Amino acid sequence: MTEWELRNTRDGYAEALLELGEKDPRIVVLDADLAKSTQTEKFKLRFPERFVDCGVAEQNLMATAAGLAATGKIVFASTFAIFATGRAYDQVRNTIAYSDLNVKICASHGGITVGEDGSSHQALEDITLMRAVPRMKVVVPADYFEAREAVKAVAYLDGPAYVRLGRPKVPVLFGEDYRFRFGKALVMRPGRDVTVIACGYLLHKALLAAEELSGEGIEAEVINLHTVKPLDREGLLESAARTGRVVTCEEHTVHGGVGSAVAELLAEEMPLPMRMVGIRDRFGTSGAAEELVEHYGLGARHIAEAARRLCHGDNGGKPRR
Amino acid sequence: MRPASELERHGNMSGVGPGTEGMVLEGTEAEELRKRLETISRELRRDIVRMIGLAGSGHPGGSLSCVEILAGLYFYKMRHRPEDPDWPLRDRFVLSKGHAAPALYAVLARCGYFDREELWRLRRLGSMLQGHPDRLRTPGVEISTGSLGQGLSAACGMALGLRMDGLPSRVYALVGDGESQEGGIWEAAMLAAHQRLDNLTAILDNNGLQIDGRCCEVVSLGDLPAKWRSFGWEVQEVDGHDVLEICEALDRADAAQGPGIIIARTVKGKGVSFMENNVDFHGKAPTREEMERALEELGEGT
Repeated sequence: MTEWELRNTRDGYAEALLELGEKDPRIVVLDADLAKSTQTEKFKLRFPERFVDCGVAEQNLMATAAGLAATGKIVFASTFAIFATGRAYDQVRNTIAYSDLNVKICASHGGITVGEDGSSHQALEDITLMRAVPRMKVVVPADYFEAREAVKAVAYLDGPAYVRLGRPKVPVLFGEDYRFRFGKALVMRPGRDVTVIACGYLLHKALLAAEELSGEGIEAEVINLHTVKPLDREGLLESAARTGRVVTCEEHTVHGGVGSAVAELLAEEMPLPMRMVGIRDRFGTSGAAEELVEHYGLGARHIAEAARRLCHGDNGGKPRR
Repeated sequence: MRPASELERHGNMSGVGPGTEGMVLEGTEAEELRKRLETISRELRRDIVRMIGLAGSGHPGGSLSCVEILAGLYFYKMRHRPEDPDWPLRDRFVLSKGHAAPALYAVLARCGYFDREELWRLRRLGSMLQGHPDRLRTPGVEISTGSLGQGLSAACGMALGLRMDGLPSRVYALVGDGESQEGGIWEAAMLAAHQRLDNLTAILDNNGLQIDGRCCEVVSLGDLPAKWRSFGWEVQEVDGHDVLEICEALDRADAAQGPGIIIARTVKGKGVSFMENNVDFHGKAPTREEMERALEELGEGT
């Protein structure tokens, strides 16, 4: 078994902020008393005149970010995903997105893998909420390098964007030379039997699942859907057309999340057998991140099982080739 | 009178908007100013009543209560260029109580941001004048508002951004009293005071009414001047329908050491007898007959 180097996506965010701040005086960072957690503190220490701590007031954080952006700043607004998208939803929708302002909401602690803090701090609906807001772009990086490069990319996209970062350290899947292509689904591993679409924390699990399936003669194509919105329609349809089966994976509710986004596309353009690995109408709970991944059925074996069932049909039997 | 230092700072800003010359508000000069702003206010009221009447929906009460405040800002105090809405040195205005959009539209049209004929298309499909302000559609609107309690935060952000850039521009935000029941207003109040945003002035349209009745009967706002003072703001209280009091307060606010708020006592529906202090006209348009009656009361227009 390969030993993976582990790094935080939020560290990638912090690194990107330093790079951006160095070369662009328009970069401003706001936080809501979580700078040590979101890692914006690194920017704060380097560029204190361009950092504003809004205190425990996420609604004000978002509307203030909008005002700053209205003066020509490129504003990064950070807090936990649950507060950024839930607590401050109306500010994000009405003041940032409706005004079409350059606010990049980079929220850490997305998903069930927040772990021990439990349900109140586990954003399981943030992708749903942000995906539903017109003009909002949604990016879910899978590792340190992807987070770093994605943040640098969204900084220069017009209008609002949401970047979902995680709490735990995750395996490093990319390298220094990784080139992030916004809006372009990335094939991580080619395969002919089933398309497995994942992002963020579960991308690594999807790759492990593909490894497991390969041993059984099922070749899964693993797609990194780092950009959840806008969806790479062509890329996804091309893969789905080849494999004829799709599994989606998210540490997030399946209601309105990544699985829904893919299902909306397939239902209209190419209806085919599909399964969603994700959380179904449940709140989170306390536990270690990896325990929770197992508990909610989001692990590599769950992904593999979903793919297996699609390939074999629910009755078992030989793969449909 | 503006402090000398500020006059100096803006001494080279040729072509700036109205009200930049600095003015002692007494004597004949003051009387002329009063007359000018009162005339403008009456005409703005006519436009507001007519545009809401023609639209068949909208918020006349809170639009009519803030007319003199907007007149003082746009025709006396603020530096702005209607022909160049993005002029970087302009002062910013945020209508935090976004439902008073008709008042803002009437002012912007009169300043020349867009053709006055647009007013009669308020709230219609395809109109540049939405039910609540939309910065992408309407020249002169700095930020989209309508969901209450957010505009003051946005104004804080603008004040921070302008200060970071070392620009002399000031930011004005008009807040409603009913709106002050939103927690976000007080989050913004704390941040502005902590950041010592001396380039930010809020004006409270204190008309005492909200949709469900009198503010003091719905949820009491308590001692508003004391509240704002305790949050670290410099508080002034004025008659919100006395244009000179408003202009003087706006001038005094320039010298504030931190954020300032002008609490303006106003009358909801001001200027139209059957709308004044009538909570029913918070969000109800006048009928055609009521519109004609209101226009008659408001006298000759342009």
